[in-house]
Amino acid sequence: MAEHQPITDDKQLALLANTIRQDVLKALTAAGSGHPGGSLGMADIFTALYFHALKHDPQNPTWQERDRLLLSNGHICPVMYAAMAHVGYFPTEELMTLRKFGARLQGHPHRVALPGIETTSGPLGSGVSQAVGMALAARLDNKRHHVYVLTSDGEHQEGNTWEGVMMAAAYKLDNIIQIIDRNNIQIEGNTEDVMPLDSLRAKYSAFNWNVREIDGHNFSQIIEAINWAKDSVGKPTVIIATTVPGRGVSFMEHQYSWHGKAPKPEELAAALKELQTIREQIETNTYDY
Amino acid sequence: MTINPQAHLAQHVFDTAQLKSGGTRDGFGIGLVEAAEADERVVGLCADLTESVRMTAFAEKFPNRFFQVGVAEQNLVTVASGMAAAGKIPFAGGFAAFSPGRNWEQIRTTICYNDQPVKIVGSHTGLSVGEDGATHQMLEDMAIMRVLPNMVVVVPVDVEQARLATLAIAKDPRPTYIRLTREKFPIFTTPETPFEIGKAQVLLEGTDVTIVGCGAVLYEALLAAKALEGEIRVEVINAHTVKPLDAETILASVRKTGCVVTIEEHQVIGGLGGAVAELLAEHEPAPLERMGTQDTFGESGTTIELWKHYGLTSTHIIDRIRTVLKKA
Ligand SMILES: Cc1ncc(C[n+]2csc(CCOP(=O)(O)OP(=O)(O)O)c2C)c(N)n1
Ligand SMILES: [Mg+2]
Repeated sequence: MAEHQPITDDKQLALLANTIRQDVLKALTAAGSGHPGGSLGMADIFTALYFHALKHDPQNPTWQERDRLLLSNGHICPVMYAAMAHVGYFPTEELMTLRKFGARLQGHPHRVALPGIETTSGPLGSGVSQAVGMALAARLDNKRHHVYVLTSDGEHQEGNTWEGVMMAAAYKLDNIIQIIDRNNIQIEGNTEDVMPLDSLRAKYSAFNWNVREIDGHNFSQIIEAINWAKDSVGKPTVIIATTVPGRGVSFMEHQYSWHGKAPKPEELAAALKELQTIREQIETNTYDY
Repeated sequence: MTINPQAHLAQHVFDTAQLKSGGTRDGFGIGLVEAAEADERVVGLCADLTESVRMTAFAEKFPNRFFQVGVAEQNLVTVASGMAAAGKIPFAGGFAAFSPGRNWEQIRTTICYNDQPVKIVGSHTGLSVGEDGATHQMLEDMAIMRVLPNMVVVVPVDVEQARLATLAIAKDPRPTYIRLTREKFPIFTTPETPFEIGKAQVLLEGTDVTIVGCGAVLYEALLAAKALEGEIRVEVINAHTVKPLDAETILASVRKTGCVVTIEEHQVIGGLGGAVAELLAEHEPAPLERMGTQDTFGESGTTIELWKHYGLTSTHIIDRIRTVLKKA
């Protein structure tokens, strides 16, 4: 039992994120269904969280002092599973059981099925309020850990999200760090066409949160923003991360059609080839991340 | 067991390979376009799931009568209620786990208590949602809709019936919940098969045991009845309207057979099995076996894996028929 030691080298993080992307796509192809768009888009942030920012111990998922990580938009769980496997929560081979009968890796993450999952999710819009609950309880118990809640842009159309947002500020929950996957897509199109969300920055400011916008693929920006959030006093913090859905696979990038369908075997091969090329660029310091 | 000629079932009804298949959501999508052509008061609303709920054809044909509400199920049904108050007949579509799963009180007050003709369209019900897992496999919707005063609950048995049911509920002035599936299942009724809200249909006539079911899983009961041919005469009733339940048809059958098996892709608590248990307890106490999920959540898997695990295949039905006959 040991607290995970943060990895600080951007290149090492980028290589891990690349491995995670490849594993996500392999698992989704084997499953025959699932959500690649948001999963690939959030791979860098998940890597930064599990390998750098989170205070946690993969061998002891119920450690009381751990930071809590809630994935509100549960459909992108393949990326969370891959990050969890690589950081040591369970064997990486288990990733290939995703969505299969009897698997711990349910189609949407289930707390009771897999140690390390803080809460069951999939139904959108209920993450922020649960984070409020956990943050209030932590305060009652004089605990110092942070509650990270990861949300999507699409679920900001749910009223429940804003109910939690309002309350987090009312209770001055500076132990909450929200990261929004601002990838601009949802099932039926671009968010601004389906039901406009802009400006999230202005909305959160008006709701009295600390707000920072970052490039969700830039490790220094991700880590710097999280460190800044940890220092907040008296206000919850939201990091609005601009991400590219499908990141790393040219034919998936920015395409809402890849929100929720698994690659076919030939598409997987093409995608892995592209990710492998990126990997070589990272290794030879020629990748621009 | 004999096929009820009045049911006008498809030829080769027991030969799955010869039947076409589809999700009942497909039949709804076709029916919605036809209903909208017939009545310009019909409008559609959806919560970022237009294609999943098969409302795309309607939205394309009647773009000014279709409204995208975003991922916002509480908004979905309350906007629909407002439109109904202003004379429209709104069809509000979503995944059943979230509508009516998430917005129940809004439905209760603004639709049922207000007595507005809103049609709640809940797709992706039952274990057959499959790999998405328990969060998305709605197994409690009939219970929470059935309990609401004024609400009608309709569960089409296949694509063809979903089309007819959609046309019928568009003409009916009551608040209605229509329960749909994603997965493709055999289409064994025909355009000639009658559909009347509140009128259960006897598909197979028999004298030894009554099966009452709803939704696509009822096809398994037809297969079970066929397999038992010559041994046990099974009557199969399609209770496509779970509320108001057709007490007359069900009780007449039970008086003849003396025992009942219910089947549904839903919790046995509160669903069709619950409704039939209530009916029998009050009017015709008889041995009853209720098939469905037994107070448990689903999980990821294929439909057939899940139906086997949760005991919903024709083989399981045969076992439960033998069990209930021992009690009769
Ligand atoms: C309450 C609820 N309503 C509807 C859905 C169906 N659904 C799943 S993902 C999704 C799109 C949401 O957009 P976003 O989370 O931004 O998706 P992504 O960026 O990953 O494509 C919808 C409507 C759901 N999971 N939960
Ligand atoms: Mg999005």
